[in-house]
Amino acid sequence: MKFRGKIVITLKPGVFDPQGVTIKSALHSLGYQETDEVKTGKYFEINLDSSNLDTAQKRLEEMCDQLLANPVIENFHFTVEPSDN
Amino acid sequence: MKFGIVVFPGSNCDYDCQHVLSVVLGQKTEMLWHESHDLKECDCIVLPGGFSYGDYLRTGAIARFSPVMESIRNFIEEGGLVVGICNGFQILVESQLLPGALLPNQKGHFICRHVHLRVENTDTPFTRLFYPGEVISIPIAHHQGNYFIPHSSLSNLQKNRQIIFRYCDIDGQINHVTNPNGSIDSIAGIISSSQNVLGMMPHPERSSEAVLGSQDGKRIFLSIIQWWEEKHHAK
Repeated sequence: MKFRGKIVITLKPGVFDPQGVTIKSALHSLGYQETDEVKTGKYFEINLDSSNLDTAQKRLEEMCDQLLANPVIENFHFTVEPSDN
Repeated sequence: MKFGIVVFPGSNCDYDCQHVLSVVLGQKTEMLWHESHDLKECDCIVLPGGFSYGDYLRTGAIARFSPVMESIRNFIEEGGLVVGICNGFQILVESQLLPGALLPNQKGHFICRHVHLRVENTDTPFTRLFYPGEVISIPIAHHQGNYFIPHSSLSNLQKNRQIIFRYCDIDGQINHVTNPNGSIDSIAGIISSSQNVLGMMPHPERSSEAVLGSQDGKRIFLSIIQWWEEKHHAK
């Protein structure tokens, strides 16, 4: 079966995010003074072929652990759904 | 002594290291292609600076899975000496061969300039020719050199004397002004708890000849050579 995983990687609390700080100050200079925090992250869509939903979830979790996220500085979460393509 | 310099796609300080080790220091060198497991019986492996795999995903994240890294992991377990410089340091932390991580510089800039470093531990194969607390000058050139480690692990690094170089001023003072990139505890270089793996953001191969303005980096390589020769002759 075809599945599509949607993975979001974020920095752990306390890990400095210079891009987020810069984007926040750009938003302020555009007049969005109400912005008090911007955090950047990464987004991946992964299509995979698995026998069932549980296996697809397990495989995606392994991919995040091994490569997509660095456990020292990043957290990850994902959703997975059956996909047509 | 024979040094192996690993070449990843995107390495760009590989031949600078090779030049210093062979032409300046008269040692044997081998270029080690990342796709090969063969370390060619080298006595010390250098992971050079550059942009391995275009820095895709995270710096060092893809290089970690190269065949050569499997051999280097075994080499380290057997006590072999490994030096990771800049991108090489990033590869070593991604491989979990050294603790911590390297984040983008705090101010978001790529920084390329000479910095002063204080040598914090001289009881290592890499720093035995310095004196404790000596202030040296070696250039940095990086965008992601902001060393990070959770506070609980930082105290272990301090306790085990694994912090080797810290950013400082010309008098050896350490504070937030002398810290170029936001590294925790002003850390510029660390060693493994087993003492045989050094990772550092500054480039010793760019400060190994008088014409380049500093020869302090050369003493790191000379320390390694002296340590290895003593060990070799003792056998």
